[in-house]
Amino acid sequence: MEPSKVLEYIPQQKPFRFLDEIVELSEDYIVGRYTFKEDEYFYQGHFPGDPVTPGVILTEAMAQTGVVALGLYLTALKVGEEELPQWTTFFTDCQMDFYLPVLPGQTVTIKGEKVFYRRMKLRSKVRMYLDNGDLVAEGTVAGMGVKRGN
Amino acid sequence: MNETEIYEKVVGLIKPYAKNTESLSTLTQESKILEDLGVNSARLVDIVLAFEDEFDIEVEDEAADEIWTIGDAVKLINTKLN
Repeated sequence: MEPSKVLEYIPQQKPFRFLDEIVELSEDYIVGRYTFKEDEYFYQGHFPGDPVTPGVILTEAMAQTGVVALGLYLTALKVGEEELPQWTTFFTDCQMDFYLPVLPGQTVTIKGEKVFYRRMKLRSKVRMYLDNGDLVAEGTVAGMGVKRGN
Repeated sequence: MNETEIYEKVVGLIKPYAKNTESLSTLTQESKILEDLGVNSARLVDIVLAFEDEFDIEVEDEAADEIWTIGDAVKLINTKLN
Protein backbone atom coordinates (compact mmCIF):
# COMPACT_ATOMS: atom_id res chain seq x y z
CA MET A 1 0.00 0.00 0.00
CA GLU A 2 1.31 3.46 -0.91
CA PRO A 3 2.13 5.89 1.93
CA SER A 4 -0.50 8.35 0.67
CA LYS A 5 -3.13 5.60 0.90
CA VAL A 6 -2.07 4.74 4.48
CA LEU A 7 -2.53 8.41 5.40
CA GLU A 8 -6.09 8.27 4.06
CA TYR A 9 -6.93 5.36 6.36
CA ILE A 10 -5.66 7.03 9.54
CA PRO A 11 -8.81 7.70 11.58
CA GLN A 12 -7.46 10.58 13.66
CA GLN A 13 -8.40 13.92 12.17
CA LYS A 14 -7.89 17.60 12.91
CA PRO A 15 -7.41 18.80 15.63
CA PHE A 16 -6.01 15.48 16.78
CA ARG A 17 -4.02 14.43 13.72
CA PHE A 18 -0.28 14.77 14.18
CA LEU A 19 1.03 13.27 10.97
CA ASP A 20 1.23 15.35 7.75
CA GLU A 21 3.16 12.96 5.54
CA ILE A 22 4.79 9.57 5.45
CA VAL A 23 8.17 9.82 3.75
CA GLU A 24 9.35 6.22 4.16
CA LEU A 25 7.41 3.03 4.72
CA SER A 26 8.26 -0.66 4.80
CA GLU A 27 7.29 -3.72 6.84
CA ASP A 28 9.89 -2.84 9.46
CA TYR A 29 10.28 0.92 9.30
CA ILE A 30 8.36 4.15 8.93
CA VAL A 31 9.28 7.82 8.79
CA GLY A 32 6.62 10.49 9.28
CA ARG A 33 6.66 14.26 9.50
CA TYR A 34 4.45 16.78 11.22
CA THR A 35 4.52 20.56 11.62
CA PHE A 36 2.99 21.82 14.86
CA LYS A 37 0.80 24.72 13.75
CA GLU A 38 1.01 28.00 15.64
CA ASP A 39 -2.71 27.76 16.46
CA GLU A 40 -2.91 24.18 17.80
CA TYR A 41 -5.69 24.17 20.43
CA PHE A 42 -3.53 23.00 23.33
CA TYR A 43 -1.11 25.93 23.22
CA GLN A 44 -3.80 28.13 24.79
CA GLY A 45 -3.40 26.35 28.08
CA HIS A 46 0.05 24.75 27.80
CA PHE A 47 1.14 27.32 28.77
CA PRO A 48 -0.60 30.74 28.61
CA GLY A 49 1.90 33.14 27.07
CA ASP A 50 4.56 30.41 26.86
CA PRO A 51 3.38 27.75 24.40
CA VAL A 52 5.19 24.40 24.47
CA THR A 53 3.94 21.17 22.89
CA PRO A 54 2.78 18.82 25.70
CA GLY A 55 4.68 15.55 26.10
CA VAL A 56 1.43 13.60 25.77
CA ILE A 57 0.89 15.18 22.35
CA LEU A 58 4.44 14.31 21.29
CA THR A 59 3.73 10.76 22.47
CA GLU A 60 0.48 10.73 20.49
CA ALA A 61 2.34 11.97 17.40
CA MET A 62 4.87 9.17 17.75
CA ALA A 63 2.07 6.63 18.24
CA GLN A 64 0.19 7.89 15.17
CA THR A 65 3.30 7.25 13.05
CA GLY A 66 4.85 4.24 14.80
CA VAL A 67 1.71 2.33 15.72
CA VAL A 68 -1.32 3.62 13.78
CA ALA A 69 0.25 4.24 10.35
CA LEU A 70 2.72 1.35 10.44
CA GLY A 71 -0.01 -0.83 11.97
CA LEU A 72 -2.43 -0.01 9.13
CA TYR A 73 0.24 -0.95 6.62
CA LEU A 74 0.97 -4.27 8.36
CA THR A 75 -2.72 -5.02 8.90
CA ALA A 76 -3.40 -4.44 5.19
CA LEU A 77 -0.62 -6.92 4.35
CA LYS A 78 -2.15 -9.44 6.74
CA VAL A 79 -5.89 -9.16 6.12
CA GLY A 80 -6.09 -7.18 2.88
CA GLU A 81 -6.67 -3.47 2.30
CA GLU A 82 -10.40 -3.97 1.74
CA GLU A 83 -10.75 -5.21 5.35
CA LEU A 84 -9.04 -2.16 6.89
CA PRO A 85 -12.24 -0.18 7.63
CA GLN A 86 -13.32 -3.02 9.95
CA TRP A 87 -10.25 -2.58 12.18
CA THR A 88 -9.29 0.03 14.71
CA THR A 89 -6.15 0.50 16.81
CA PHE A 90 -6.06 0.77 20.59
CA PHE A 91 -3.04 2.33 22.26
CA THR A 92 -1.88 -0.26 24.82
CA ASP A 93 1.34 0.95 26.43
CA CYS A 94 4.37 3.17 26.08
CA GLN A 95 7.65 4.17 27.62
CA MET A 96 9.10 7.54 26.70
CA ASP A 97 12.05 9.80 27.46
CA PHE A 98 11.98 13.48 26.47
CA TYR A 99 15.06 15.57 25.79
CA LEU A 100 13.95 18.82 24.12
CA PRO A 101 10.80 20.94 23.90
CA VAL A 102 8.92 21.37 20.62
CA LEU A 103 7.62 24.89 19.99
CA PRO A 104 4.76 26.16 17.82
CA GLY A 105 5.74 26.16 14.14
CA GLN A 106 8.43 23.52 14.47
CA THR A 107 8.50 20.48 12.19
CA VAL A 108 9.40 17.08 13.60
CA THR A 109 10.48 13.87 11.93
CA ILE A 110 9.36 10.66 13.57
CA LYS A 111 11.16 7.40 12.89
CA GLY A 112 9.47 4.18 13.90
CA GLU A 113 11.08 0.76 13.88
CA LYS A 114 9.04 -2.41 14.37
CA VAL A 115 10.00 -4.39 17.49
CA PHE A 116 7.32 -7.03 16.94
CA TYR A 117 3.98 -7.52 15.24
CA ARG A 118 2.18 -10.54 16.66
CA ARG A 119 -1.49 -11.38 17.05
CA MET A 120 -2.37 -7.89 15.77
CA LYS A 121 -0.23 -6.21 18.42
CA LEU A 122 2.49 -3.87 17.20
CA ARG A 123 5.29 -2.48 19.31
CA SER A 124 7.66 0.05 17.76
CA LYS A 125 10.77 1.83 18.88
CA VAL A 126 10.19 5.48 18.06
CA ARG A 127 12.38 8.55 17.90
CA MET A 128 11.43 12.15 17.22
CA TYR A 129 13.86 14.68 15.74
CA LEU A 130 13.85 18.40 15.01
CA ASP A 131 14.86 19.58 11.53
CA ASN A 132 18.44 20.23 12.71
CA GLY A 133 18.71 16.54 13.66
CA ASP A 134 18.44 17.06 17.43
CA LEU A 135 16.69 14.21 19.26
CA VAL A 136 13.46 15.37 20.95
CA ALA A 137 12.23 12.09 22.43
CA GLU A 138 12.64 8.36 22.18
CA GLY A 139 10.89 5.33 23.53
CA THR A 140 8.53 2.53 22.65
CA VAL A 141 4.83 2.64 21.78
CA ALA A 142 2.46 -0.29 21.34
CA GLY A 143 -1.06 -0.79 20.12
CA MET A 144 -3.46 -3.54 19.31
CA GLY A 145 -5.59 -3.93 16.20
CA VAL A 146 -9.15 -4.77 17.21
CA LYS A 147 -12.13 -5.50 15.00
CA ARG A 148 -14.74 -2.77 15.31
CA GLY A 149 -17.68 -3.77 17.47
CA ASN A 150 -15.62 -6.21 19.58
CA MET B 1 13.77 -28.87 32.88
CA ASN B 2 11.03 -30.34 35.07
CA GLU B 3 7.48 -29.00 35.44
CA THR B 4 8.16 -27.31 38.78
CA GLU B 5 11.07 -25.37 37.29
CA ILE B 6 8.93 -24.37 34.31
CA TYR B 7 6.10 -23.30 36.65
CA GLU B 8 8.45 -21.09 38.67
CA LYS B 9 9.89 -19.46 35.57
CA VAL B 10 6.40 -18.91 34.10
CA VAL B 11 5.23 -17.23 37.31
CA GLY B 12 8.35 -15.05 37.30
CA LEU B 13 7.68 -13.93 33.72
CA ILE B 14 4.00 -13.13 34.37
CA LYS B 15 4.52 -11.38 37.72
CA PRO B 16 5.64 -7.99 36.33
CA TYR B 17 2.32 -7.72 34.46
CA ALA B 18 0.05 -8.77 37.35
CA LYS B 19 -2.04 -5.88 38.66
CA ASN B 20 -3.70 -8.00 41.33
CA THR B 21 -0.64 -8.36 43.56
CA GLU B 22 -2.65 -10.02 46.35
CA SER B 23 -3.26 -13.01 44.09
CA LEU B 24 0.48 -13.64 43.82
CA SER B 25 0.58 -15.18 47.30
CA THR B 26 -2.09 -17.77 46.47
CA LEU B 27 -1.10 -18.80 42.94
CA THR B 28 -1.80 -22.27 41.64
CA GLN B 29 -1.69 -23.96 38.24
CA GLU B 30 -5.41 -23.12 37.96
CA SER B 31 -4.95 -19.37 38.44
CA LYS B 32 -6.39 -17.50 35.46
CA ILE B 33 -3.88 -15.08 33.98
CA LEU B 34 -6.40 -12.38 33.04
CA GLU B 35 -9.13 -12.71 35.66
CA ASP B 36 -7.16 -13.80 38.75
CA LEU B 37 -3.87 -12.01 38.22
CA GLY B 38 -5.42 -8.92 36.63
CA VAL B 39 -3.14 -8.96 33.59
CA ASN B 40 -4.14 -6.57 30.79
CA SER B 41 -5.16 -8.77 27.82
CA ALA B 42 -2.94 -6.73 25.49
CA ARG B 43 0.02 -7.86 27.61
CA LEU B 44 -0.57 -11.53 26.80
CA VAL B 45 1.40 -11.05 23.59
CA ASP B 46 4.35 -9.69 25.60
CA ILE B 47 4.10 -12.64 27.99
CA VAL B 48 4.09 -15.19 25.15
CA LEU B 49 7.12 -13.46 23.61
CA ALA B 50 8.82 -13.65 27.02
CA PHE B 51 8.12 -17.42 27.10
CA GLU B 52 9.68 -17.76 23.65
CA ASP B 53 12.82 -15.91 24.71
CA GLU B 54 13.18 -17.60 28.09
CA PHE B 55 12.59 -21.17 26.91
CA ASP B 56 13.91 -20.75 23.36
CA ILE B 57 10.70 -22.07 21.82
CA GLU B 58 8.19 -20.87 19.25
CA VAL B 59 4.57 -20.49 20.30
CA GLU B 60 2.17 -20.39 17.35
CA ASP B 61 -0.66 -17.84 17.58
CA GLU B 62 -3.26 -20.63 17.70
CA ALA B 63 -1.49 -22.26 20.66
CA ALA B 64 -1.15 -18.89 22.41
CA ASP B 65 -4.92 -18.41 22.10
CA GLU B 66 -5.42 -21.50 24.30
CA ILE B 67 -3.42 -20.15 27.25
CA TRP B 68 -5.89 -19.15 29.97
CA THR B 69 -4.27 -20.37 33.18
CA ILE B 70 -0.72 -20.63 34.46
CA GLY B 71 -1.10 -24.40 34.10
CA ASP B 72 -2.00 -24.02 30.39
CA ALA B 73 1.25 -22.14 29.84
CA VAL B 74 3.29 -24.67 31.84
CA LYS B 75 1.77 -27.60 29.95
CA LEU B 76 2.37 -25.98 26.56
CA ILE B 77 5.99 -25.13 27.37
CA ASN B 78 6.60 -28.57 28.85
CA THR B 79 5.32 -30.20 25.65
CA LYS B 80 7.54 -27.97 23.52
CA LEU B 81 10.64 -28.67 25.62
CA ASN B 82 10.22 -32.40 26.08
